[in-house]
Amino acid sequence: MNGLVSSILEHYNQWVTIFLMVAGLYVVVARGNMVKKLVGLSVFQTSVYLLYISPGKILGGTAPILIDDPNAVYSNPLPHVLILTAIVVGLATIALGLGLVVRINEVYGTVEEDEIFERSDDE
Amino acid sequence: MEAFINMVLLTMMAASVVALVRMRNLFAVVILFSVYSFLMASVLVVLDAPDVAMTEAAVGSGVSTVLFLAALYLTKTEEAQPRHSPLLPMFVAVVVGAALVYGTYDMPPFGAADTPVNTHVGAQYPGRTPAEIDIPNVVSAVLASYRGFDTLGEVLVVFTAAIGVLLLLRRNKRRPGDASEEAGPDRAGMED
Repeated sequence: MNGLVSSILEHYNQWVTIFLMVAGLYVVVARGNMVKKLVGLSVFQTSVYLLYISPGKILGGTAPILIDDPNAVYSNPLPHVLILTAIVVGLATIALGLGLVVRINEVYGTVEEDEIFERSDDE
Repeated sequence: MEAFINMVLLTMMAASVVALVRMRNLFAVVILFSVYSFLMASVLVVLDAPDVAMTEAAVGSGVSTVLFLAALYLTKTEEAQPRHSPLLPMFVAVVVGAALVYGTYDMPPFGAADTPVNTHVGAQYPGRTPAEIDIPNVVSAVLASYRGFDTLGEVLVVFTAAIGVLLLLRRNKRRPGDASEEAGPDRAGMED
């Protein structure tokens, strides 16, 4: 019982990360609506932020902004930098994806995958 | 205490994602996604990443939401009933999740200082920054100086995406009597 509690405390961040990741994956695969698919893709992307930032956290540490205390413990700044880049790249992906969705809607009049397949079969 | 706040916020995030997956009204989905992003920003503050939290609050729950709402304005806000059974995707998701959870038992515990991640190059930056860059914010120092080429690559990606969106949403003038012509100004606003 004690082992279960300690493994929950030690791995909770990783488990929530995994849950968000597979939830995003599920939405991308299972749902036909393209806007919904992109929301799922965003959830998947944001789960990667947690995957990177969580291991860099040191309990009892502080943000990596230098202070005068010589004994200060700083959390790892490197994952923060990588994820700053990832957030902006994620926005670029979403903008391009939504551009495609709007264009598809202009041509087919729908953003549902099944209806688009039907219409392209008819032609 | 910080570990406890972290766990509460993560649980709230997981709950908002469950609601987001189940909902069919896309307007509600987008607003829930905004809430989710803001919770993520709060978690990032607890995880000692204020710079990332600010960016996530501005970009994730701000700009992304505006882009999604703009796209919803130009399309439909209601999701159709699914025609396929969700059992296979559910099975794939559960198997992938189980494999990943199995993998976490070999990962170092949360918050430890002696993990491989925290003992290599990342840990050296706070010590090197005062002598080499001389600004208090280590994240800015790494972003703009030590890993400046990453940022250059990021600018390239954003530039490419902007060109892509511009080309996709350019008005096609050859087709006469195009009914979607009126939507022009809204579409032009998408490329920001």
